[in-house]
Parts: sequence; structure tokens; C-alpha cells
Amino acid sequence: MTDNHRPDDPEHTPAASSVEEVYSVEKQIDLSQKSYSQGQLVRRRFFRHRGAMVSLFVLVFITVMAFTSIGYGLIPSWWDKTFYDAGAAVDGGRPTMQLWPFQIGEHPFGQDTIGKDYFALTMRGTQRSLIVAFTVGLLSTVIGTLIGAIAGFFRGWVEAILMRVTDLFIIIPLLVLAAVVGKMASGIWWLALMLSLLTWTGLARLVRGEVLSLREREFVTAAEAIGTGPWRIIFKHILPNTIGTIIVSATLAIAATILLESALSFLGYGVRAPDTSLGLLISTYQNAFLTRPWLFWWPGLMILGIALSVNFLGDGLRDAFDPRQNRTAD
Amino acid sequence: MLQFILRRIAISALIMFLGSVLMYVLTINSGDPLQDLRESRAENRDQLMAARTENMGLDDPWWQRYLGWFTGVSRCFVLQCDLGTARDGADVNNLLLSSAGASLRLVTIATFLAIFIGVALGVLSAIRQYSGFDYTITFAAFLFYSLPVFWAAVLLKDFGAIRFNNWIADPAVSITVTALVALLFALAVASVLGGSLRRQVVTGLVTFAVVFGLVFAFDQVQWWVQPALGLPLIIVGAVAALGFMLVMTVGLSNRKVTYAGLVTIALGLVSYFVTGPILDDPSGWLVILALTAVTVVVGLAVGWVMGGYERRTAMTVSVGTALGMAFLIFMDKLLRGWAGFLELAGNRPVSTIGENRIIPERFEGDFWEGIFNWGVQLVLPTIVLTLISIASYSRYTRGSMLETINQDYIRTARSKGLSDRVVFTKHALRNALIPITTIVAFDFASLLGGAVITETIFGWRGLGAMFRLGLDTVDPNPVMAYYLVAGGAAVIMNMLADIAYASLDPRIRR
Repeated sequence: MTDNHRPDDPEHTPAASSVEEVYSVEKQIDLSQKSYSQGQLVRRRFFRHRGAMVSLFVLVFITVMAFTSIGYGLIPSWWDKTFYDAGAAVDGGRPTMQLWPFQIGEHPFGQDTIGKDYFALTMRGTQRSLIVAFTVGLLSTVIGTLIGAIAGFFRGWVEAILMRVTDLFIIIPLLVLAAVVGKMASGIWWLALMLSLLTWTGLARLVRGEVLSLREREFVTAAEAIGTGPWRIIFKHILPNTIGTIIVSATLAIAATILLESALSFLGYGVRAPDTSLGLLISTYQNAFLTRPWLFWWPGLMILGIALSVNFLGDGLRDAFDPRQNRTAD
Repeated sequence: MLQFILRRIAISALIMFLGSVLMYVLTINSGDPLQDLRESRAENRDQLMAARTENMGLDDPWWQRYLGWFTGVSRCFVLQCDLGTARDGADVNNLLLSSAGASLRLVTIATFLAIFIGVALGVLSAIRQYSGFDYTITFAAFLFYSLPVFWAAVLLKDFGAIRFNNWIADPAVSITVTALVALLFALAVASVLGGSLRRQVVTGLVTFAVVFGLVFAFDQVQWWVQPALGLPLIIVGAVAALGFMLVMTVGLSNRKVTYAGLVTIALGLVSYFVTGPILDDPSGWLVILALTAVTVVVGLAVGWVMGGYERRTAMTVSVGTALGMAFLIFMDKLLRGWAGFLELAGNRPVSTIGENRIIPERFEGDFWEGIFNWGVQLVLPTIVLTLISIASYSRYTRGSMLETINQDYIRTARSKGLSDRVVFTKHALRNALIPITTIVAFDFASLLGGAVITETIFGWRGLGAMFRLGLDTVDPNPVMAYYLVAGGAAVIMNMLADIAYASLDPRIRR
């Protein structure tokens, strides 16, 4: 990474005679072995992580399916049924999808008790869950990073508040607090905002810990010595060094939010009728389990699929950013 | 140490106070407490609304309402708690008393089970890193970690309650299922014990034969409706407990300690016959507690007499073995109550609703059948809660254990010739457990939150139900009662974790 020539491209190697002897040793190493920047290394490790790649595919597939099938905003829909229109029951509302011989049929996921297309309903629920999860993941990461960085760098009252607020969450279960604020929130965007205000503490503590050790390092002292302001030090010198922690934590926050939101909706404090969400679908049809099991299986498998793939992605990212944790020989 | 604990208590009290203000304010602002009346068509609607406003103090500012609640609660210090009344006039004190027991029992059992199983799995998968067992545990942990609690609970209710009831009416295990169960056990045991391929195959085959034989024999004698351990299984279990204690402490080759353990087992066998009549129908838990105390004393005495210069270890091993054996005898007596309980429950032992199979007032069974009455209802919610906690504990333990194994002092321990057993149990495990203690506190809070969901699904009238009642009616008193118990329990768990931390890590004992 310290080289100023391109090792992967021998023609560009400087052939200045005065330094040729110095380079000759380095050239031998360089020619046989490519060298990579930090970011390239991380990316390579990530793309080689098989579990993470499969999960990325699954997640993208589910997301694209959820947003294009029944449409969202400007995105047109290609599925010919909606999640609010009831139709005549086909085959007692059983799923028409078959693996062998493969066919999708009229209602691939079946129909609910009043004949609504369950595929459209599940896709609508998935949309809601994904929107809430990604918004919370983004917002709580921003809040957590900022507060963590300020607490770690300036210490003082921000740090005191941060630590006490985290202590609060040991005493009050997150789900309980979320239920109370979720009940106040109307509409998924408010819900997402409220949940973000509750879930930033974990990341804030992590970032604070890293900033505490980074601010004692030489490059920060050097930046201070030449008169760099505190905010510039935080954003240009310290935070880029914590990017691994932040990205991994954001991913895991998304997975946790999917579960939190669906649990809240299940209890009736999250997304509420007439809108729908995966948790709400399960809650509505939990008693239909014996008679119409598919009403129960699809949304549950959807939640499981999303949460599992996001968790695996987070694991792959963690391995990519911090290979020491995973393998000793790599 | 005392100062350390006192400081912790002071901080916890402050946090409890701040948390209560936050909860109170959020709850009273979470909706419209008069909603149902506004929509009603009753003639005396306005009168009802005025009465409720008066009762709940809806016109008072929030701090005045909070102060009213706080004054009532602060009387707890003179043992005259007043948690207020719920919206419908019910006394919250009574509400709390009737609901707290079952919930706390559920959460506490789930916590200890999760810690025990999760830590054991984590340690095993760290020791057998990159084995099939490790990959299986890792994948299972991810799966359970991503599992929606409420979904899993509904699933379990179907398979564990409804289908189990159908099965127990005519219990029979087919040969295929028997073989499958035995195969699973064989794979697990073989990959945990490890060794060369040849050794793994042999362990696998032996395990398969033993488990297959056991399940087949159980099926033949209709064990599922008339279970018991019997003397042979108690002896086998006690010897296994002794083996475990020895491996964890001094190893199997230490004669003195081994003999101490064997004498304990012999005394345990004598006590099995002596205490038999008492245990057949004990009058209550006090008898069990007293017998446990006797067990510990006997264990200590045997270790003291037999231990010689290794007195301390011998005492630990004897007490451990004695307790293990006492537990087995307890289980034996308990299982013998199953047949009677089945009869009482009309052959459908698991109910999908409620924290007791038969309401206690109408229950007529003896002590052992009484345990089944609530124990059976406890199993499914506990499994749901435990599965998810096990996932996080096993992951953390694995990571922590791997980090410890790579430390320099472990290499030192190995290089001076200590056996794997000593390195793992004495040097690695103790240090790897230190970070786990801090997770316990967080996990306990999330378990209490998870209990809200499981109680809803399994229809318990527990703390979670009380919380939901309060939140749905925008009534702060039940919500705050829930908060007091949950917060208090979390503070106590936290304190225990801190003390455990201090005893495991001498550096922070100041």
C-alpha cells in the first residue's frame, strides 16, 4: 500500500537507474504477488464468503420481488392482483404453486379467509417490514455513530447521558418500550422513527469504545498539532477507522428490527390494520393454523428468510473487515 | 467488595427512578384513555367519562399523577405498598401478586437453562472448531437468532401441545423414528468426542446401539405413559455425574477423590431406600429443601473424611455427585407421578392455554402430580424462550473461548505439559466465562420482553398480560407494576452478574 507504482502492471514500474537496485528486490515480490488496498482486501474477502453471497442473493431477490410484484410508488406492478381485493376462492384457497411439475397458478401462496390473494398480501407485508427495517437500520446507525463519537471524543455530559441511557435498556426490556412508543406512532414512517430513537444505544457504545482508543493514537495527536478542528478530526481521521464496526452493526440492526417490528405488529402495537405487515398477518391467522396452515407459514418463512440472510450478511461483513475473528490461517 | 456492591445499588436505584419517570410519561401519552367511552352509545356516557377522569386523575398534570403513584410505591419501604388501582377498579397489588409468580418462574428457569446449555454448546464448538458439530451449532445459532419468537411459539403450540396430546393417547414409536433419533444422537456424540475417524465411527456405532436399544425398550414397556428411572438408570446417571465432576476437577486417575465419589454414590443408594417412604408423598417443597440440605452435608462429610490432603477437591466432587444423584432420585419420583397426572388430565396432558393444566382450586392430585400440573404448561414457553437465548450464549461463549485459547498463557500451560483437560477446564474456561457474565444482564431483560409475547400466545395471566392490559387501556398503574418487577428482577440479575464477574476476575475486586 505504500508503493507509488502499480505492481499489477509491470510496464508502469519506474525504471530509474538510481533507485533500480532498491526496487529490484521489491519487484520480485510485487510481480509474483498482487497488492491490494484495505478496501479491496475487504471486498475480496466479502465476495469470497459463500454464505454471505447466497444471503445477498436471497435478500435482493426478496426485496425486488416485494417492491415490483405489487408495485410501490412509481414502481409499476407485474402481479395482476392486489392485496385488498377479494376474489372467488380457488380450490378452497389452497396455494396453487407447485414445484413438480412447476407451475405458479392463480394464487401461488393461496388465498386468505375472505379470498384475498395471499401472495399480494405477503408481498405488501414484506414491503412494510423492509421499509421499517432499513429506515431504522440507517437512522439508528447515524444517531448511534454521532452520539458515540461525540461521547468518546469530548467525554463529559454526553458520555454520562449515553451510559445512563444504555443502563436504562438493561432495566426496561426493549420490546416493552417499543410497544409503548409503537402504540403512539401512526403509520410506518413514524414507527420507524420511533424505533430508531430506541435502538441506537448499542452502536453508540461500540463507537464510543473505539473512539476512546483511537483518540489516543499518534495520527490524532499529529492532526491536533497542526491545528485541525475537533469535528474534522472526528469525521476525517477517527470515523473512517471505525467503518467496519459501523457497517456490521448496521446490518445486525436491520435483522433485529425485522424481528422487533414483526413482534410489535403481532402484539398490535406496530403496523395496524387496514395496512398489513408480516407480523400482523401471523397474528391474524394464528388460529387458522390447523385449517389453513399456509396462511401461517408464508409470512413466518418470509421473516425468517429476511432475518437469516441479513444476519449471514452481517457475519460475512464482520469476517471481511476483521479476519482475525474468524480464521487463524487465512 | 461491600463498597463495590453498595455503589452498584445506588446507581441501580437512580436508574430505576429515571426509568419509572420515562415509563410513566410514555404510558400516559400512549393513547386516549377515554377512547372506548367516546365511541360508546350509553346514555350516561358523559357521566362515565367524568367519573373515569376523576378516578384516574386525567385532568392533573403528569408530574402530579406520577407523584401520586410514587408516594404509593415509596410506602413499600415501610412494607405498605400501594400500587394503585387499575382502570376497572381492580387492586394492582393483588393483580401483581397473582401474576408475578408464574412469569418470574418462567423467565428464571429459561435464563438458567439457556446459560447452562448455551455455554456448554459454545465451549464444545470452540474446542471442536471447524468440525461438523461446530458448523451445525453455528448454523443452528443463526437460525434461532433469526427466528420470530411469536411464530416459533405458535408452531410449538401445535406440535408440542396438540399433536403431543394426540400421540400420548396411543403412544408408539415406529422403528424408523427410533432409528432416526438414534442416528442423531450417534452423530452428535461422535463429533463432540472427536478423535480419529476410526474412533469416531466406533463411538457413533456404540451410541447408536445404546440409544436404539433404550428407545425400543421404553416403547416396549410403555414408558411414555408410565415412566420411571428405576434403580439401574439412577446408578448409571450417578456414575456419569461423578465422571463429569472428576473430569472438570482432577481427572479420572485420582484414586482418593474417585473413592470419595463412589462412597457418596453408595450412601445415596442407601438413602434412596431410607427416604423412599417420605418422598412417596412429601407434604411440600420444605421437605425437598431439607433433604437437599442433608444431601449437601453428607457430601461435604464424605469428602472431608475421605479426601486426605485433597480434602477440598474431594468435598466439591462429593457434593456435586450427591446433588446429581439427589436430582435423579427426585426425577424418578416425579416421573412416577406422570401416570396419575395423565389420568387427572383425561389423557390430554398439555393445554394450549393457561399457566396450569387444571386450575389449582380444582386440582386433587398429590405433590408430584401437582408439579406436573404447572410443569407441563411451563415446558413449551420455556423451550421458546430458551432456544433464542441459547443461540446468543453459544455464539458469545464460542468467540470468547476461541480468543482465550489463543492467549499466551494457554500456550504456556500447554508447553509445560498440562493435559488438554486441565488446560481447558482450569485455564481457558474460567477466563472465557468472564465476558459472558455481562451478557447475562442484557439477556435477562430481553427474556422478560420475550415473555410478553410467549404469555400472549400461551394464554398466561402473567406479568406480560398485566402489562398489555395496562397499555391497551392507557392505564399507567399496571404498566408500572410490570416495570417494578421487571426492573427489580433485572437489577438483581445484574448484581448477581457483577458479583460473579468479581469472583471470576480478581483484578476488579477492589
